[in-house]
Amino acid sequence: MSDWITLASGLCFSLGGFLCITGGVGLLRFPDFFSRVHAAGVTETLATPLLLSGVMLQLGWSQDSLKLLLVMAFVLATNPTAAHAMAKAALDGGLRPQIEQDDTTDQEGRSSKP
Amino acid sequence: MNMVPGLFNYWVAVLLMMAGLYVVIAQPNLVKKMVGLALFQASVFIFYISIGKVSGAHAPIFIAGETLYSNPLPHVLILTAIVVGVATTAVGLALVVRIQEAYGSVEEDDIDAKDREQSDEDDGGGP
Amino acid sequence: MDIVLLGFLLLTAIAAIRLRDLFAVVMLFGIYSFLAAGLFMVLDAVDVAFTEAAVGAGITTVLMLATLRLTGRFERSPRPVRLLPLVVVAMTGAALIYGTLDAPLLGDVQAPAQQHVAPRYIERTMAEVGTPNMVTAVLASYRGYDTLGETVVIFTAGLAVLLLLGITEVPPLRLGRRVINDQVVLHVIVKALIPFILLFGAYVQFHGDYGAGGGFQAGVVVATGLVLYDLVFGDGHAQLVVPPTWLPRIAAFGVLVYGAVGLLSLLQGKALLDYSALAQTPLSGQHLGIMLVELGVGITVFAVVLAIFYAFSGRRRQA
Repeated sequence: MSDWITLASGLCFSLGGFLCITGGVGLLRFPDFFSRVHAAGVTETLATPLLLSGVMLQLGWSQDSLKLLLVMAFVLATNPTAAHAMAKAALDGGLRPQIEQDDTTDQEGRSSKP
Repeated sequence: MNMVPGLFNYWVAVLLMMAGLYVVIAQPNLVKKMVGLALFQASVFIFYISIGKVSGAHAPIFIAGETLYSNPLPHVLILTAIVVGVATTAVGLALVVRIQEAYGSVEEDDIDAKDREQSDEDDGGGP
Repeated sequence: MDIVLLGFLLLTAIAAIRLRDLFAVVMLFGIYSFLAAGLFMVLDAVDVAFTEAAVGAGITTVLMLATLRLTGRFERSPRPVRLLPLVVVAMTGAALIYGTLDAPLLGDVQAPAQQHVAPRYIERTMAEVGTPNMVTAVLASYRGYDTLGETVVIFTAGLAVLLLLGITEVPPLRLGRRVINDQVVLHVIVKALIPFILLFGAYVQFHGDYGAGGGFQAGVVVATGLVLYDLVFGDGHAQLVVPPTWLPRIAAFGVLVYGAVGLLSLLQGKALLDYSALAQTPLSGQHLGIMLVELGVGITVFAVVLAIFYAFSGRRRQA
């Protein structure tokens, strides 16, 4: 049983770490503010909970993992809101998403909200 | 968590202090000077806390069964230093705001120029 | 671990020096503070990490941004790099590093800093003070005089900012008006979060005996909650909750609580701030004394931080 837990938490850690790295790469490489906000949002909304889940799996049922659950809920509530606030502030300041008619591969179909 | 043995922490803290000091001395913008001062303060904190660290010890909160604790004294000192630091940074920034309103700029060169104009106008009466 | 953190700290500091966009510089300072807080955690300084994260990456960044709003975002093109400051800085740095060559290695148990007073505090805290958190014990009990002085310093700094900037009361007509109507997401989330933030502040205040926490952190957390409210819902909303005229009185009240505890001990015939005079047994006296004293600190810090925020946010940009 504990082998599965170790495997699962290891998976969480590696996936979370990988998403952090891709988020960082995205921050640097995306052409436009809004897509960069999206990249940062991925780091916050998916990578952090994954990393926290990995730690919680290691700790098992204990007071500490309950605290970590609360931290994760807090992170899930606040960080997307912050990204939303940033995008909104940029829109209100006059920045517009870059929409080009060419077909470069780093153009995403998603909207700018995370 | 392995500590790099030796003096690495102290050296980096000194380097950070020097970065902050450089900003305070050499950059003419007053707001940036305040940021530099805050950087300097934070690096001093890092230096102090590094001194208090004991390898393999627990944080200074009593847990039954632990005997080795990191030194709580620097923590106390730095704790109050941080809050006092923010209070004094606030006073400094308030001063910068007032300077901006009085002189119209927060660049040192502009302020010096205005002061010189003022003392020229005053016909030799005081700075 | 600390190599990574220290490396990032250096990078952040260097970037902060070279950038002309002060907005970016302030953001970098926020990152720097947060990295420093992480480093403090690695170095076992949990209370300090907490305070640095709340204060440095929180309040100070907000204050600097408020200042930027009033003074201008960009630094004018700096003068060409001059030799003299670099030389001064290099010499000072070299002297300091030369000084550290005699220092004990990091983590050395035999270092002079760990001898003398510190082991006494560590060993006797549970017996004499009864609080597991040694930092709180030293802060509020063993070194209570210092903390009284520091509380007064914070109070004075708040007074100084109030004298310099003053607080403009926002006319009631402006309040209640939604600044931008479609800020639904922000309003809902922040409305849900603020009670928890305030609750957390209260928890930190009273739990400081057992875990990381205490009056300084609690005051900052509660004030930050109100600052968040003011930032999201519009200028002046926080003034509805805590009117600015109350703030100097609240701050003074905090210092008064602290001093009163000390005075009470004097009146009982013991030394100033000797908590054993407060209750039947020395240990419960310590508990009571520490609680009251931390409460005084928390109240003062809260009032001062909020007053400083009011002063900065209410200042209108002069033409």
